[in-house]
Amino acid sequence: MERFRRMAGLIWLFPILLVPTPAAAQVNLDGSWGNLEILHEDEPERLPGPELGDYLGVPIKNAARYRADAWDASLLTVPEYQCRVHPSDYAPSFAGIRIWQELDRDTQELVAIHIHHLAYSTERTIWMDGRPHPPDYAMHTAMGFSTGKWEGDVLAVTTTHLKEAWIRRNGLPRSDRAVVTEHFIRHGENLTLMTVIRDPAYLTEPFIRTRDYVYQVASRNAPYPCESVEEIARPEGVIPHHLPGTNTFLQEFPARHGIPPKAARGGAETMYPEYQLKIRSGEAGTPAPVVTKATK
Amino acid sequence: MRNPKILQKSALACALFISAAHGQNGRPADGDIHILPVHGNIYMLVGAGGNVAVQTGEDGVLVVDTGLAQNAQKLLAAIKTISNGPIRYVINTHHHPDHTGGNVTIRMAGSTIAGANVTGDLQDAAIGALLISHFNVFNRLSAPGGAQTPLPPAGWPTSTFMTGQKKLWFNGEGVDILHQPAAHTDGDSIVYFKRSDVIATGDIFTTTDYPIIDLQGGGSIQGTIAALNRIISMIIPVFGQEGGTLVIPGNGRLCDLGDVVNFREMTVIIRDRIEDMVKKGMTLEQVKAAQLTQDYDPLYGSTDFWTTDKFVEAVYKSLSDKKNGAK
Repeated sequence: MERFRRMAGLIWLFPILLVPTPAAAQVNLDGSWGNLEILHEDEPERLPGPELGDYLGVPIKNAARYRADAWDASLLTVPEYQCRVHPSDYAPSFAGIRIWQELDRDTQELVAIHIHHLAYSTERTIWMDGRPHPPDYAMHTAMGFSTGKWEGDVLAVTTTHLKEAWIRRNGLPRSDRAVVTEHFIRHGENLTLMTVIRDPAYLTEPFIRTRDYVYQVASRNAPYPCESVEEIARPEGVIPHHLPGTNTFLQEFPARHGIPPKAARGGAETMYPEYQLKIRSGEAGTPAPVVTKATK
Repeated sequence: MRNPKILQKSALACALFISAAHGQNGRPADGDIHILPVHGNIYMLVGAGGNVAVQTGEDGVLVVDTGLAQNAQKLLAAIKTISNGPIRYVINTHHHPDHTGGNVTIRMAGSTIAGANVTGDLQDAAIGALLISHFNVFNRLSAPGGAQTPLPPAGWPTSTFMTGQKKLWFNGEGVDILHQPAAHTDGDSIVYFKRSDVIATGDIFTTTDYPIIDLQGGGSIQGTIAALNRIISMIIPVFGQEGGTLVIPGNGRLCDLGDVVNFREMTVIIRDRIEDMVKKGMTLEQVKAAQLTQDYDPLYGSTDFWTTDKFVEAVYKSLSDKKNGAK
């Protein structure tokens, strides 16, 4: 009887427990997420940029390979290119991010999730209110148009309307036809961001990349101003690039690491672990002789 | 007797029309006219053929290009949903039918303010909007020499210019109409709405195809690149390559600096590759066999009218043509 009384006393709690929890409360991603503690993870991507001709593990089509072979880093000296920002599918790879929610004041429903990238101080909006993506003839931007939904505790985001950009900072392109899906997964003080790029123009299979971040209790993103200047005096409209078959820099990457030049050319096959067996067996070609400082 | 040259040009124009009608990427296929607000009182209308720019305000309506003839009534209805003001000006960026086909319908739906000795001498001076273009557009639409004209006289430009520029003040802002010689055609105009900060480029710039170089219509690869350089020099972005001045292309989606820069990059790189082979004495067949556009074909290549082969051929011929500056 005493037990029944106690239970009856708790009955008033039931209506409160039955009130649906707003989706926004599933996981709170708000805050600054840094990567300074884990810069060793994919270090070339986060700091100096990948080596020229390193297409390993990227499921590229021939068109992407041909285009990357023509890419000349001097392109970045052309004024219009100097302040070109990292796209939303690359910016988080480069540096830390800050996330915050936008709630409707009256209903406290989640309208959007915003992300600030340290890189170039760009900001993107992930719409959580169910709005549709714009038509094809609307503008494409570096951040694209993103909508999100919760899949359990995981924030799943779909982005369209991206401007043409890059998968790696060595000229490997990502087209404006790409559709990017992302999954933000929080594990306590750690955040994993998985990015899946589907690009019918330049990729044969989805390209999947993960990045990890650590929660920053006290941090402030520095501003990231950029001003174009005339670095090299050139006639108007000159675009630095390598003519087909003339880019000798492409041979440096396999030579430096002693891997078969064929493997460095990338493609879907080079993504999978089985390809390591081909390299070991020599099926992927003869490794380039390692060029060290001593042998130069 | 029809002039065979004119017939050739008409065939090209029809083919360009087909290309415009069946393209993709930024072109809706539902047959409707879609209205996209751009900046302030500027709108981009998509689906009439080539893109149409509309500026509205207290003075009335200004229309840049008029789409295909068969879509003219739908285009007019769409314009009326934006503004019931009188159509005062129509500007043609060039002469192709996917940009001038609706000239008669759109122009005749408007009127020109006229008075004093003008109306005394010319009773029809107020009928129809003023239709502005470079003089070469008038020449091609009116087909001097007695050939069959692509449009009846009501669709011909009524105000032409032969210098590099024509200026208007309309709806509280300056409108700069800038001729760009020998680019897509020999009559191209870039229209710049100065306060709204919007540029309508005509087919000098599209997001849907390789640059369409109408050699018979007076176009050239070097002129196209010069035109793209000029457009880029006019754009001031908010940051990086984005925002600020917006660009309405001749076909395709609404753009800003980054899109024009990417398009110029592609055009210059392919020009350089073909020019290198031309200098080495390679034939057109050798150039085509080299597949020099393979990296951009997934973005701009087409099996439609403006095929990749035709683009390569146009660049090759343009670079080989002494009058286009070939060395």
